[in-house]
Amino acid sequence: MKFRVERDVLADAVAWAARSLPVRPSVPVLAGLLIQAGDEGLVLSTFDYETSARATLAAEVTDDGTVLVSGRLLADITRSLPNKPVEMTLEGSRVSLVCGSARFTLQTLPVEDYPTLPQMPTATGTARSDAFAHAVAQAVTAAGRDDMLPVLTGVRIEIDGSTISLLATDRFRLSQGELEWSPNTPDESLAALIPAKVLADTAKSLTAGSDVTIALAASGQGDGIIGFEGAANGGTRRTTTRLLDGEFPKVRSLFPNEHLTIAKIEKAALIESVKRVSLVAERNTAVQLAFSDGVLTLDAGSGDEAQASESIEADIDGGDIVTGFNPQFLLDGLGAIDQSTVQLAFTQASKPVVMSGVVPEGDDDPGFRYLLMPRRLLS
Amino acid sequence: MSAVPPGAEPRGEDACTILHVDMDAFYASVVIRDHPELRSRPVVVAGGNERGVILCATYPARAYGVHSAMPVARARRLCPDLVVVSPDFGAFAQVSTAVLDAFARVTPEVEALSQEEAFLDVRGSRRHAGRPREIAERLRAQIHDEQRITCSVGMAATRSVAKLASRRAKPDGIAAIPPEDVTRVLAPLDAGDLWGVGEKTRDRLRRIGLETVGDLVATPLALLQATLGQSAGAHVHALAHGRDPGGPSPKFAAHERARSMGADRTLEADLSSYDDVLVELLRLTVKVTSRMRGSGFAARVVTVRLRYPDRTTVTRSRTLADPSDVTHDLYAAVVGIYDEQCGRDGGVRAVRLVGVRVSGLQRSAGLQPQLRLGEPDRGWSDADRAVDRVRERFGKHAVSPATLLG
Repeated sequence: MKFRVERDVLADAVAWAARSLPVRPSVPVLAGLLIQAGDEGLVLSTFDYETSARATLAAEVTDDGTVLVSGRLLADITRSLPNKPVEMTLEGSRVSLVCGSARFTLQTLPVEDYPTLPQMPTATGTARSDAFAHAVAQAVTAAGRDDMLPVLTGVRIEIDGSTISLLATDRFRLSQGELEWSPNTPDESLAALIPAKVLADTAKSLTAGSDVTIALAASGQGDGIIGFEGAANGGTRRTTTRLLDGEFPKVRSLFPNEHLTIAKIEKAALIESVKRVSLVAERNTAVQLAFSDGVLTLDAGSGDEAQASESIEADIDGGDIVTGFNPQFLLDGLGAIDQSTVQLAFTQASKPVVMSGVVPEGDDDPGFRYLLMPRRLLS
Repeated sequence: MSAVPPGAEPRGEDACTILHVDMDAFYASVVIRDHPELRSRPVVVAGGNERGVILCATYPARAYGVHSAMPVARARRLCPDLVVVSPDFGAFAQVSTAVLDAFARVTPEVEALSQEEAFLDVRGSRRHAGRPREIAERLRAQIHDEQRITCSVGMAATRSVAKLASRRAKPDGIAAIPPEDVTRVLAPLDAGDLWGVGEKTRDRLRRIGLETVGDLVATPLALLQATLGQSAGAHVHALAHGRDPGGPSPKFAAHERARSMGADRTLEADLSSYDDVLVELLRLTVKVTSRMRGSGFAARVVTVRLRYPDRTTVTRSRTLADPSDVTHDLYAAVVGIYDEQCGRDGGVRAVRLVGVRVSGLQRSAGLQPQLRLGEPDRGWSDADRAVDRVRERFGKHAVSPATLLG
């Protein structure tokens, strides 16, 4: 194997593929990054049996061939190289990497032990890459991180024709977002539960090209995996990941049917105020929100310790209400909302609040909702 | 109440503003109170069966050389007439809470060391509660009247000396060691009698010829530090001089900061099925959580202990996102820990001891629990409290999880 490649193109592709390398590989070869050199340039691959990454890039290939080298090390090296063409050559059981006057020699790992990457399922449709990354980032704010409840560490996507819904919950809050896309079949109807962390990383890393292809096999085919592909600097990037098993809870019915108090507040002011007041909130306590007479009063802390209080303007429609939330959960929700004015809709103090952005007259509602359960206040 | 001239330093017993109150043979006293027919018999409170360990022995039992932490089987050899009683943690918690309340009426500066002993700082209580000895006498009378158990009180200017004094007061008495007597009284004591000097430290001191507290007082700080290390040396030096290593006025942690609660069970026969282990874990979780609720605490950390037939022990913990006193929540964590351990062991291993412990305790009264989506208004927490009330009234077997029946 022998090839010559642009430093930036290589570094970019290696860094991207190395993201999904396992930290503690169950078998040593999984720490490897597979380099295949052929007529169409290079293919770089990593795989940990859950998630695979595959990057293609243009290169001047002199000799075809395949090698497996330590992915982490190759990523560190390529990131640090001077801005000159890179030449890699297989010499016996080692690979030499030359860039300008810098020269590295790397041990190879046995290619024959490396597992075969899963097939990408057939493409189901495409979405705009920035819209996709944005919708995913909003959705994952509510995803669980507790490995004891694996189902809740996923984002459920529901495809219904030209709309993809994204749902995530950690039992304390729930995010629900929507994304318009172009399915290959107009009446496509599919659902899948995708590990939230992989989905978030992937969506964020595929914004270089304008579109992302989503490939999800209908149930019973494709062995429960989903694939994403996008364009990048000099090639393509493709990730597959295994779907989570288990039944995602029926969450849509959790949205209350009626609202007794609706408050509209300037988002930036509310975020600042929550941050300030929560400085004195002890762990596992609430920031109290009291809505009355066009004013939202925030309180935190206890009489035994420090206390804080602050009032901000609010456009309140409906009865007075006093409730309280985990300040971080509240900030997560506010941070996920795009609009500059937020709407908080309540039924009663012990029921969830529905948070959404106030969409300016004439604009489309992007449909993002964040449902948050309160903390029970001391009475 | 006698007045002190303003500005005068209190002396003698009046300088003994730290009280160490220690229930006499606490668990056993509570049991005897409820079973007066056992009053003159040698009684021990011990976990369930012959492989169990003694938690507390009455004074008649102690006369046979029986003491806590001794296996029941060995105690029986020492004292064939031994009466073994199972602990009633609900009753212990009730007494303990009532006693702590009595303390709190004297001073807010209460540091509970366990269910049965606490330090009281009565420096600021002079005006409303009287001189230290008056306070001590009144507390003893009150606890005896209200709880029908006895306690002993050690009085001193520091916690470490108060702790030594209460030992001299036992059983059912008061002993004071005023500052001017500290050196004389402590000098003949074995170094190991000092609170916080364990066996290892004692052995190291012996190796350089230091046996009594008097020996320690005569030893320069630098030598103690060379032998025990900087901080341990300073620690022992302070203790020997009757000072508290934390300084003269340690901040009294409120008794909210009690450290942990737990229950262990050594099994009559090793358990080798997954379901049987879970049943035992549930039994212990129910026990610990009802005790915890009885004393008004919620926990943030759950620890499971398993001992295998080869006597190796594993201890694994899990931290909850939110403190809880709900049996259901804590049991879910217990099961999670056990499942993970089975994964690590490559399957279900036989166990001879299981234990459940909760720590990171906080007063549940101050909690603002994070509610869950779709949770009914009245949830597991209310169910637990209802069960606790039924058990309080009709006994602990009146209501149990169905898995624990039969």
